[in-house]
Amino acid sequence: MSSMSSKAHMRISLYLPVALLVMGGTASVRAASSDTDFKAAYAAAEAAEDEAGRLRNRWTVTEAALAEAKKAADKGDFDQATASAREAEALAKASIYQATSEKDAWKKLEIR
Amino acid sequence: MASSIRVRAIANSEITDVQTLIQHPMDSGFVRDENGAFIPAHFIQELTFEYDGRKVFVADWGTAVSKDPYVKFSFKGGNKGDDLKVSWIDNKGATDTATVKIQ
Amino acid sequence: MRSRSRLVLAVLAALALSAMQPSSAADRPNPAADAKAFRNYFTNKFPNVRFEDFVNGPYALNEDMRRQWEEKEQFPPYEFSLETGKEMFARRFKNGKTYADCFPNQGIGIRQNYPYFDEKEGKVITLELALNRCREINGETLISYTGEDMAALTAYMAFTSRGKPFDIKIPDDPRALQAYQNGKRYFYTRRGQLNFSCATCHVQNPGERMRAEVLAPALGILNALPIYRSEWGSMGTVSRRFTTCNSQIRGVPLEPQAEEYRDLEYYLSYVSNGLPISGPGARP
Repeated sequence: MSSMSSKAHMRISLYLPVALLVMGGTASVRAASSDTDFKAAYAAAEAAEDEAGRLRNRWTVTEAALAEAKKAADKGDFDQATASAREAEALAKASIYQATSEKDAWKKLEIR
Repeated sequence: MASSIRVRAIANSEITDVQTLIQHPMDSGFVRDENGAFIPAHFIQELTFEYDGRKVFVADWGTAVSKDPYVKFSFKGGNKGDDLKVSWIDNKGATDTATVKIQ
Repeated sequence: MRSRSRLVLAVLAALALSAMQPSSAADRPNPAADAKAFRNYFTNKFPNVRFEDFVNGPYALNEDMRRQWEEKEQFPPYEFSLETGKEMFARRFKNGKTYADCFPNQGIGIRQNYPYFDEKEGKVITLELALNRCREINGETLISYTGEDMAALTAYMAFTSRGKPFDIKIPDDPRALQAYQNGKRYFYTRRGQLNFSCATCHVQNPGERMRAEVLAPALGILNALPIYRSEWGSMGTVSRRFTTCNSQIRGVPLEPQAEEYRDLEYYLSYVSNGLPISGPGARP
């Protein structure tokens, strides 16, 4: 592996809510979730992800969280399923925020 | 079927420079296909270059060599117009060989 | 781009814009000015790089990589794909026709004119799209935009255009200007969980490292496509590169040849007008 002489760093500014979500991690476990809790959380997550899809800005990690949620629910682990669904909803909402704010923010990066 | 071996040998004053590109999947055996099954290992085990009846380069390869390997080396001697023979054999017993004139 | 055609384009753009609804100055695209600013940004950032060399991406910016690449170009890894592409291009469809029948000049030496804006349909047509349409018209099944067959075909067509400068036209049509603007907006828009835009890597950080890769400058970035990428161990099209870039920053890729991607290719090709086609290419 060839050596790297320049010690330049990537200068990336991340929106704070987006930065927090890059860290990942599931929501904390609360009182045991039921099948109903999961269904509600999943529906909310799906609705948000659909909106992100309409904005043509879905994230891979959101899809992964939704899949995790479904998998856990199928196994009957509704705590995990609900937690994953809530994470998916948060990720989807962040992607919606990104798409919405980028409608104007992109101009800041444009070479003029 | 077209040869899997492209080879070019150029004679300089005392040495001959050889480059070769070989078409071969070089599957390591560790990669899974879309159904999750392992793609079996399929790789060149021995690559040989012969000049004037003697072996000038022999490579014993394993699974670490990538797909479509490219090799570059030089050997002492070699005259313009002489033959250079390249051959390989893989772990399935398949072989290929090519002979090229040194430029 | 020659100054006369730049002037003509500026006049046409002005005419097109004057026919549009009044909007703020920031919303009126001026592609010629954009292209000039784009070029200047990179030539100022890398004053020692010869202009034509920008098409070589990381090799223009890293000596060690350039040396290795130049050696490999004597027996380039895309050679097999190029040969396959030549054979595929000449092979007759079931109805007896060939790809040559679908393209101007038999499909030879025309890659530098793609993408173009089709005024009848009101959309950007890329080379990959045109190839699949050719198949469709001739009763053949479509091939994957991200697969090796499409890569082989575009490799051959690029090869026949090697050295010819990109010559992308934006006709006097507000829809064409809109497509250009959409492509530009896509390029600068942050996306994916990693919140990168194309510009984040290819405008703000060319020549810098992203893990083990050296980032290419955006100027001339499409000229070498399709590319044999060592990382892929195979040949990849523009569609493959766009979709994988999206997933690398954790954005779900759009469908290959989606309007956004075609517009993006239109923008990126236009701002690289004047730079020579160098494809098919090889990258780490």
